[in-house]
Amino acid sequence: MRVIGHVAVNVFKESVRDKILYNLVVFAVLLMSVSYLIGELTAGQDVKIIKDLGLASISMFGLLIAIFIGIGLVWKEVEKRSIYTLLPKPMRRQEFLLGKYFGLVLTLVINVAVMTVAFYGVLAYMQAATPQNIRASWPAPATDPAMLKAIVLIILELLLVTAIALFFSTFSSPFLSAMMTMAVWVIGHFNEDLRNYGATISSPVAAALARGVYYVVPNFAAFDVKLQVVHAQSVPLRYLALTSLYGVTYVALVLVGAVIIFSKRDFK
Amino acid sequence: MKVHPATWGALAALLAAVIGLQMLQAREQPPGLPAGVSTNLLYVRSPEFLRRAALSFRALAADIYWIRTVQHYGRTKLSTDANKQYDILYPLLDLTTSLDPYFDVAYKFGSVFLAEQYPSGAGRPDQAIALLRKGVAVRPDTWELAQEIGFVYYWWLSDYDDAAMWFNRAAEMTNAPDWLRPLAAVTLAEGGNRTSSRTLWTEIARNADADWLRDQATFRLKQLDAMDGIDFIESVVERYRARTGTLPTSWADLIRAGFLRGVPPDPTGTPLRLDPSTGKVMLDPGSSLNPLPNPEHPV
Repeated sequence: MRVIGHVAVNVFKESVRDKILYNLVVFAVLLMSVSYLIGELTAGQDVKIIKDLGLASISMFGLLIAIFIGIGLVWKEVEKRSIYTLLPKPMRRQEFLLGKYFGLVLTLVINVAVMTVAFYGVLAYMQAATPQNIRASWPAPATDPAMLKAIVLIILELLLVTAIALFFSTFSSPFLSAMMTMAVWVIGHFNEDLRNYGATISSPVAAALARGVYYVVPNFAAFDVKLQVVHAQSVPLRYLALTSLYGVTYVALVLVGAVIIFSKRDFK
Repeated sequence: MKVHPATWGALAALLAAVIGLQMLQAREQPPGLPAGVSTNLLYVRSPEFLRRAALSFRALAADIYWIRTVQHYGRTKLSTDANKQYDILYPLLDLTTSLDPYFDVAYKFGSVFLAEQYPSGAGRPDQAIALLRKGVAVRPDTWELAQEIGFVYYWWLSDYDDAAMWFNRAAEMTNAPDWLRPLAAVTLAEGGNRTSSRTLWTEIARNADADWLRDQATFRLKQLDAMDGIDFIESVVERYRARTGTLPTSWADLIRAGFLRGVPPDPTGTPLRLDPSTGKVMLDPGSSLNPLPNPEHPV
């Protein structure tokens, strides 16, 4: 565990050195400028739009970091040949790989936490600046804590994307890894269609195949409750717990797969 | 590595050149489009396709389409073009509400944009009703949407049976206000009258979640006040005629005879006009309350 922790902390320090956290500045500027401009562009709904934009940005920035840093975690060590000096050390390959994973997870969680604070800050300002009669028409307060449910699921989605990116990076080039991770993420949003595919085709084999793929491909659509929380629709805790369990289990599955491939890889 | 000062100079010069060229370019008008060709472009019209393509960013995509809707409506309404085209208004609203089916404001404001008489709006109450019905299908317990449908039937289509039916439906929904059921009864019994119009506009003004909608309701209430005022002054003119046997030739006749203390103004403070040949009272052409709703209209 200590070895994993050391590697993870180093990955986090490296991401700070690589100025990954600059995206936080972009996020803050984006939110503040949009909150200023939005009133000029639309008729009402400023807070809804800020909520949508904030949650979408947290998700999008996180996704970009998860994919584009995730794919380089192993590849960079191979490319710089530092892997040859790391592997002979008293450290198992799986510790190295899991350390890399948890390092990026730490970076992502800190990123999302800071973005969440900035997001709630802008919303608190909007709440204070809005007259009472307008606030009365909102389905929920601007700083509705229920939005944290969506943010928790965004973090879980990012954990899964990071694991998938790391998995591909254990045996593929960064470009291919990025493409494949992106493809899995996109397909994961069409899971519902795969499930309903059987109703539209006549071939039972194809229908069964689609249903099989539906169960195997990560269901990324399940992590998206942004629309519901913005409109103050209820997201039951049971749903949250079950989706979290699904996410964590899937992450474990992908990481085990990555460890197996990485353990078998020949670096000579 | 140190950057040579000349490089910074070149960078500044090029930036200045780009800005200058852009300013020059902006002055050059591109050739106009042939008459009748719409500049309102909507690349994607399929809500289903867009819903899928937006992946987990549907709400944000809905916001973008909503902003486009507002911009399209506002730009078209304010344009001086004789042939205003609101042709992509409904498709934009359909896309917005398909991406985010809970987007109440898009249903409510969108129906106003669609139902408003051309050229101030699209003049399509049928599309307004279709949009609101879509909202009711998604949110069957939102009384405001059912009430809006009743309002479109009442105000824009003068269809009091359907209006009353929708007001009643709205009254049966969760958290519906008490005034809806009496409004439905009055609408059914008397058709359009000023009392029910006043009730509707007062509630819209009270519950409006945007300034422009509140301003619109306030404007309509002032029009109703003006119509009440005109009716009252016409009754005064009638009393003058009953006493003197002739119509007054000007406000001065009515003031001298003690019927009025001064020239009567409309709710904006603009003096009303008197037609001495008919005894009819009307708004001054310069009044901002023009045009008043048609006498055959539901007020």
